Amino acid sequence: MTLSQQEASGGMPIISLRGIGKQFGAVRALNNVDLEVREGEVVALVGDNGAGKSTMVKIMLGVFMPDSGEIRVRGQVQSFVTPADARAAGIETIYQDLALAGNLSIGENIYLGREPMRRAFGFLPVMDREAMHRAALNVTTHLDIEIANPRRPLGNMSGGQRQAVAISRAIHWNARLLIMDEPTAALGVPEQRRVIELIKSLKMKGVSIIIVSHNMNDVFEVADRIVVLLRGENAGNLVAAQTSHEEVVQRMVRGA
Amino acid sequence: MTSASRSKSAFQIMGQFWSVAFLVVALISLEIWTQIQYGRTFVFSAYNIQAILVLASIPLIIAIGQTFVIVSGGIDLSTGYVLGLSSVAAAQVLNLASPHMDALPALLVAGAAAVLVGAMAGRVNGFIVATLGVPPFIGTLGVFGIARGMAYLLAGGGSTVAVRNPILEAMGNGSIFGVRAPIFFAAIVLIVAYYALRHLRFGQYVYAIGANRSAAERVGINVKRQIASIYTLSGACAGIAALGCCARYSAGAPQAGEPMLLDSIAMVVIGGASLFGGSGTIIGTLIGALTIATVQYGLVVVNVEPFWQFITVGLIIIAAVLIDQAKGKFL
Repeated sequence: MTLSQQEASGGMPIISLRGIGKQFGAVRALNNVDLEVREGEVVALVGDNGAGKSTMVKIMLGVFMPDSGEIRVRGQVQSFVTPADARAAGIETIYQDLALAGNLSIGENIYLGREPMRRAFGFLPVMDREAMHRAALNVTTHLDIEIANPRRPLGNMSGGQRQAVAISRAIHWNARLLIMDEPTAALGVPEQRRVIELIKSLKMKGVSIIIVSHNMNDVFEVADRIVVLLRGENAGNLVAAQTSHEEVVQRMVRGA
Repeated sequence: MTSASRSKSAFQIMGQFWSVAFLVVALISLEIWTQIQYGRTFVFSAYNIQAILVLASIPLIIAIGQTFVIVSGGIDLSTGYVLGLSSVAAAQVLNLASPHMDALPALLVAGAAAVLVGAMAGRVNGFIVATLGVPPFIGTLGVFGIARGMAYLLAGGGSTVAVRNPILEAMGNGSIFGVRAPIFFAAIVLIVAYYALRHLRFGQYVYAIGANRSAAERVGINVKRQIASIYTLSGACAGIAALGCCARYSAGAPQAGEPMLLDSIAMVVIGGASLFGGSGTIIGTLIGALTIATVQYGLVVVNVEPFWQFITVGLIIIAAVLIDQAKGKFL
């Protein structure tokens, strides 16, 4: 069952992409693709390999510029030239490899690249590790994440815990929209459960999420809406509660 | 010290446990040997301790630069001859300048030349590794050869360029409050490096790049520029060490740093730094330097042929890397 995006959810659109096109040489990666995410909504972006999911994600992150179409964030037209622009607009990503430094603590990872400084003895600039640590405690408490010793380097933390750290980082920087690329792909089953629970609790807290995934069970468990791409075009915009695995898979393979 | 840094150093003590243990074992063995052989103490002799510190000081300066490189996941093999090149450059500049100015300004110009030549060589390493993407092992080995050739050319084919400068001689062989000058030299570099690696963003990014380069890129760190700076720093350290060599021998010598390359890498690795990148500390490198210098000095005390020093240090570095591999990347 398809419906217009206005009917899908009551909230304000956080991000709205219209008529997005992107060409790489002779390859048309995206053609007139629409995607909208409303406040507190979880949207799954699904499609076969090469359907254009990651190109779409990279456009939202400012890694690629679209050739055509427009991006609006909270109604304002935006043009992301660099990933920093997207971040400034409140869009944060959880990369598949999580982009964490295992030799640094949670706080240090949260602030990596934007470390707060203080003055020791009143004049000597030094990194403010206490401030980083306090922020880490804040955000992990807020998200109900349990970490044995948050001052320690991530070291041998499990995949699920690392995922939680990566999410904490995004939340700390006030992500309005979290883009998660295959968040459960590298995890064991119990860990997958915990990440799914974390996504649900983020949703309860009003964070909008785009989840890129191959795992239909995950998609149906967390998503409000499912946007299907096929060969760079929209092949469905489905309300999760009103569709089925079969319909989604069919659209991924054969289109609308 | 904040509790955050306490717990971090507690974590890093694991990495330094072996180096401290090794240093203690070396000191105890030497103590027993000298007690039996000469009926004298080794460890509680200020003369011995000072001699070990002086022996450690110049290689330690190179090892400090090398620490930044190794923590970032690279290696700088060029330092041996970058030191030589810098020392010859400093000696030539000093000889050119001396007839025209007083001892102090002449020395300042020569010192600046040493650091500048070292930093420039390091910047070339940085360009080759960061911009051209040549693996550091090969890129810096190439620069090792280039610096070697240039050092001998600049020395006019001779093996040394003698200099005369009273202040330089005092820096090499004088004492301040009873402490030999090279020790002060190394201590200043040590403190500045500790501060930079432990407390500045610059140092934090060295660790981040060593642990996960693509993560560092994604959070917006300019990784290529950072790596170039790290190699430049290593080269500058070789330049500072070159000035120390000039001071000690009253000459610039192309081959002055050659035996120190192995020593300095051994110091870093014994200090708990992983050649995989991502771990290592300045304090660890200091402990490593004391260990290597103690072993070298000890071998002289027990009266074995000096060539055994190279063999011993070679064995130590291999053992240290084996221990590192056994304990895994971060523990």
